Amino acid sequence: MLRIDNLHVSVEGKKILNGIDLHVNPGEVHAIMGPNGSGKSTLAWVVAGNEDYQVQEGSIHFKGEPIDDLDPDERAVQGLFLSFQYPVEIPGVTVTNFMKTSVNALRKARGLGDMPARELLQKIRKTAEKLQIDSKFLSRSLNDGFSGGEKKRNEIFQMMMLEPTLAILDETDSGLDIDALKVVAKGVNELRSSSRATVLITHYERLLEYVVPDFVHVILDGKIVKSGDITLARKLEDQGYDWIKNN
Amino acid sequence: MGYTEKELQEKLETQEYQYGFYTDIESETFDKGLSEEVIRKISARKEEPQWMVDWRLQAYKHWCKMKEPNWANIRYKKPDFQNISYYSAPKKKSKYNSLDEVDPELLETFKKLGISIQEQKRLTGVAVDIVMDSVSVATTFKKTLEEKGIIFCSISEAIQNHPELVKKYIGTVVPQRDNFYAALNSAVFTDGSFCYIPPGVKCPMELSTYFRINQAGTGQFERTLVIAEKGSYVSYLEGCTAPARDENQLHAAVVELIALQDAEIKYSTVQNWFPGDKDGNGGVFNFVTKRGLCHQGAKISWTQVETGSAITWKYPSCILKGDNSIGEFYSIAVTNNKQQADTGTKMIHLGNNTRSTIISKGVSAGKSQNSYRGLVQISPRAKNTRNFSQCDSLLMGNNCGAHTFPYIESKNSSAQIEHEATTSKIGEEQIFYCNQRGIDTEKAIALIVNGFSSEVLNKLPMEFAVEARKLLEISLEGSVG
Repeated sequence: MLRIDNLHVSVEGKKILNGIDLHVNPGEVHAIMGPNGSGKSTLAWVVAGNEDYQVQEGSIHFKGEPIDDLDPDERAVQGLFLSFQYPVEIPGVTVTNFMKTSVNALRKARGLGDMPARELLQKIRKTAEKLQIDSKFLSRSLNDGFSGGEKKRNEIFQMMMLEPTLAILDETDSGLDIDALKVVAKGVNELRSSSRATVLITHYERLLEYVVPDFVHVILDGKIVKSGDITLARKLEDQGYDWIKNN
Repeated sequence: MGYTEKELQEKLETQEYQYGFYTDIESETFDKGLSEEVIRKISARKEEPQWMVDWRLQAYKHWCKMKEPNWANIRYKKPDFQNISYYSAPKKKSKYNSLDEVDPELLETFKKLGISIQEQKRLTGVAVDIVMDSVSVATTFKKTLEEKGIIFCSISEAIQNHPELVKKYIGTVVPQRDNFYAALNSAVFTDGSFCYIPPGVKCPMELSTYFRINQAGTGQFERTLVIAEKGSYVSYLEGCTAPARDENQLHAAVVELIALQDAEIKYSTVQNWFPGDKDGNGGVFNFVTKRGLCHQGAKISWTQVETGSAITWKYPSCILKGDNSIGEFYSIAVTNNKQQADTGTKMIHLGNNTRSTIISKGVSAGKSQNSYRGLVQISPRAKNTRNFSQCDSLLMGNNCGAHTFPYIESKNSSAQIEHEATTSKIGEEQIFYCNQRGIDTEKAIALIVNGFSSEVLNKLPMEFAVEARKLLEISLEGSVG
């Protein structure tokens, strides 16, 4: 589904990724771990298509096609979703209105008509209930004045609404209390299916106890230095990144 | 005694007018230029009573002594007032009882502008009084209104049929010599709307007028007068569109609102006159004077969405004369390319316990300049007054400008005045976030701008709000590279 080969990326002239290889198949959950500044977020943003990140070498294929020339919105149409580490605020645009705009923009690009308003509202309500989101929250301005936890929950809410083929969660777990973490995990697990895939970017092993990944990769200085399963994550939690560096 | 050169010139000009006027009856557009003679002709053409002619001439005398103001934050080539035709009317002047009788071509034009009168009538129950090149060509829903004693007609008709009301109120809120453009308007106004709500009557529908400038080189000088008697209520909508033009068109309207005791007037405007092309050529010069007078316990709300015109100079104001009266101003001004807007409001607190609210949202894109200019004035005798002002600016790109000029003059220590201002820029991260959710950049900007303006958009009547949202999107099309 996602195939990244020998990816080298720089931002503002500074080299961040130094030859990433990552293959994600349908039905799989991959966790990418690594210390601050190792290039985890860069990987997320470059896959999502942010223009500030220049691909210098290598390629990204999604569903068998190269996506290097696609704009971020075109990649979203292909079924790519990024849960932002720092979701942006859009004052005056309610969560519901934003969701409606997003859902219908994606449908339009996929050759479908607008989702009927009733159906949309029902779906919004159901999804909100699942994530224990108060209905008042839906009429608030997008991320405007939201707490850290609310912002992350809102990202998962959007992910469940949009049902992407591939979801990349960029440190969605950081700054969350245990209850919020469980809610996020519930959302991710619910979307888990043989036709979808998830990439979890995280510092900590904590989330991985709730969403058990098929593969765990450790990234250091813009390169995947070690891959394994959940036991790798547990070992990291135990011994820290120095353990990898020293091996 | 021979003629002096000036007299000769005047004589020749007058003859030209006579020629233009009498030999070319079909055209019904006056030749360019302004003089006492032209004013008399406008008045004669409209079969006005003597007092109206005198009033116009008085205004003209004031105007001749006045200078164009230049304190606003706008740059433009001053119009040549002798190079403008002051009267223009569509060829077919007959009055219609129903829309079926209206020239289909005219209706077609309105359709192109997205203003289908039939749709408006059928779906929204809006009575529409269309001012097309200064003369009303269609007035609907008159009967329903008549039953309530509401008068909604063109100002020309009002001068004919309700002279006592016009005479009593015209120029009482915006005097002839108020400012250069108001004086000019007073002298040469050709049409506009008149609205009278009897005591205690709540107008059952939104009253609506669409203004449109059609013929090249004709300035439009509408005069609108709205009188809400004791305890009455009216919501008035004014929407404007104009087709593309090569030369600058001058527009200098005057709007006067009178809210008598405990009356409420809601006045909403959507303005999208031709703003000129990308290089700033053409476009409408919009110099408008709008003011309302609140008696005891009365309320006036101005809501405006300004996206058009090359130059906008406009300060809808409230004089809070009566105790406990309320003034409100909600504004969105969008400028793109080389547009310039200097707009805002004046809240003049004269009565005790008077309150005012100002919410101004400015969006600047391209190489445009967008200024908010507002005055909050508390008179020495006005006790316990309150004002809240909020001015927010949103910038797109690095070549536009947003300016805020708030003036506060408080002469009574019991006043509570609050002013908040913010300036923000549409961030690349905001756009990327929207993109990631499948929303393309143009739509993302529209969404962000709509969100920024939502406090004001929410004040508009429903059907107008939809139109206004679309307009915001259209105005900013192509503003990102």
